[in-house]
Amino acid sequence: MRDLIEHVFIQTFQHPLAAAMEDQARLSLTELGNLGSHIAMTTDTFVVHPLFFPGGNIGKLAVNGTVNDLAMCGARPLYLSCAVVIEEGLEIETLFVLAQSMKAAADHAGIGIVTGDTKVVERGAADKLFINTTGIGMIPNGINISGHRAEPGDVVITNGYLGDHGVAILLARNELALEATIESDTQPLNGLVEAMLTCCENIHCLRDATRGGLATVLNELAQDSQVSIQVHESALPIRESVRGACEILGLDPLYLANEGVLAAIVPPEEAENLVKVMRKHPAGRQSAIIGQVKEGPAGRVTLSTTFGGVRIMDMLVGEQLPRIC
Amino acid sequence: MKFLDEFRDPGKAKALITEIQRLVKNIPRAQERPIWIMEVCGGHTHTIFRYGLNHVLPKEVEFIHGPGCPVCVLPRGRVDDCIALAEQPDVIMTTFGDAMRVTGSKKNLLQAKAEGADVRMVYSPLDALAIARRHPEKEVVFFGLGFETTMPSTAMTVLQAKRDGLKNFSLFSNHITIIPTIKAILDSPDMQLDGFLGPGHVSMVIGVAPYDFIARQYRKPMAIAGFEPLDILQAVWMVLKQLAEGRCQVENQYQRIVSEQGNAQALNAIQEVFELREFFEWRGLGSIDHSGVRIRETFAAYDAERKFSLPNVTIADPTSCQCGEVLKGAIKPNQCKVFGTTCTPENPLGSLMVSTEGACAAYYQYGWIDKDAIQPVTH
Repeated sequence: MRDLIEHVFIQTFQHPLAAAMEDQARLSLTELGNLGSHIAMTTDTFVVHPLFFPGGNIGKLAVNGTVNDLAMCGARPLYLSCAVVIEEGLEIETLFVLAQSMKAAADHAGIGIVTGDTKVVERGAADKLFINTTGIGMIPNGINISGHRAEPGDVVITNGYLGDHGVAILLARNELALEATIESDTQPLNGLVEAMLTCCENIHCLRDATRGGLATVLNELAQDSQVSIQVHESALPIRESVRGACEILGLDPLYLANEGVLAAIVPPEEAENLVKVMRKHPAGRQSAIIGQVKEGPAGRVTLSTTFGGVRIMDMLVGEQLPRIC
Repeated sequence: MKFLDEFRDPGKAKALITEIQRLVKNIPRAQERPIWIMEVCGGHTHTIFRYGLNHVLPKEVEFIHGPGCPVCVLPRGRVDDCIALAEQPDVIMTTFGDAMRVTGSKKNLLQAKAEGADVRMVYSPLDALAIARRHPEKEVVFFGLGFETTMPSTAMTVLQAKRDGLKNFSLFSNHITIIPTIKAILDSPDMQLDGFLGPGHVSMVIGVAPYDFIARQYRKPMAIAGFEPLDILQAVWMVLKQLAEGRCQVENQYQRIVSEQGNAQALNAIQEVFELREFFEWRGLGSIDHSGVRIRETFAAYDAERKFSLPNVTIADPTSCQCGEVLKGAIKPNQCKVFGTTCTPENPLGSLMVSTEGACAAYYQYGWIDKDAIQPVTH
């Protein structure tokens, strides 16, 4: 059984470094050194219910999520590990489909899955399948993207529709009597970031707006950089279907998870050109300037409403719970 | 019409705001102190903060956030009872999302769930029935709360359970009624309100007539309002117009939803299943006569209070908490002694900090921004 599972992964991932069947992948320092002076490394564990949802599945998510965490410092993602915890009883067929999906996502992002591990646990000890991926990438020389670099006057940019992933997952759980075709936005962002860096090396901050959504990410950046951020409601790209679902459920799309959306903070003189470049990239079609960095209370994020009013866009406390009425 | 943008038109809002500014000049009282308008419903509070309406109105008009968030006014003892029920081994407790965060004397339902209780969030009480059908070996309890807005769906669920002959479903009723509550606020000695925005969804069920006493007896104007920003601005305008013309009436801004006589079918269901309690305890407001409902004897088999033995202990509100004064409009949320310090959304001391519809949580999340600090929109 164990062999079978390992077979599924190794055969599907088809990477020369993995095919050697050693206990570790061995990476060439010279090759890495040619790509930059700093290695970026990140890890993430993926638990999602259900395993399959419109627009993706846990496998695709596990690759894109880690690729994006690497890309957010400007790193070029290179190698990925894949460790899975499988609940007894999960069909090999399902595993196979997910492994193929991971392979396709890795190819799309240009990253190799070079090492991995599988554990099978008793029924009830896990929820079908958990995946951990660790990724490493190289940061090109001269790039310094950090959450601490936002400056008053900077401009906030985003690349895509907000809240798609969060709503897609909610609907896929079939617990709500709501029907809508909303697909998760899960996608690798490294290609887009590469295009952005070609146009503007001096990107100050980049963060992918995953759990907690855009609102949470902007709060983190405002706190880390000790600035305030003002966002314009009318500029936010949100699908009508997502807005509709959020209205019914009493949720705020700004706090919903995304899996292919980033927030960038850039010097004002670069912003318009950057948005033009981003819009040409498949992952950046909806790119737009959505706000400004200001002096003023450090860590405060405000939203100027379409009504000319202003509200605080605070950190979310706990989970977003639907309102009673 | 998709009802996403139609009632959020900034151009129309601007026109209304200009009219409001003009009207305010014709109200003598507004020259001495701000006009205090209470929005009774938590949904209104939410809209006001979400769209920053408090910032676009002239300074002569202030919102006082009323008691209309059912999650917020639930006393701690009732929550404790609910948790005690949820912690019984064969019980599946079901309830609405934000009801899970309201704290009892020790914890809330989310914490009870983390400790192993089977607590499930549902979007409709009918979902609880579905769970009961799937789990005949368990007792499924629905933690029902809310004003007349949610009462009909709970009543319908009990009726459905009886029709289906379900034996393992019961309701823990914490439903409350709006009229005695408004009356209690109007009777309180520190009451200084000038007018009301009436709760749209409650009125959809009960109609317009039950509010008549507010205008006749207490001489306060009211406009029943919808939940979109334009609804609220228009309703504010209607209340101010009454004040400017020296009228006191119950007007209906939300005519697209609220009819004069309400929803007969919903009222019948409520009538069939529920009866008034002699009194019900409110967080912050104390005991209010005839303000809660319980399940009628005919449906005793579906009444969790009869089916299970509950601790039923009354627990006093924390002494430092000023929820009551906020609820009555005597102070603003940020004037409370513990606001933002001992009482935050993370660790709510008072119930108004619990639900996003609670005045304090809304203030904390969206509101406490001084008007002077707002920078003009450059976008």
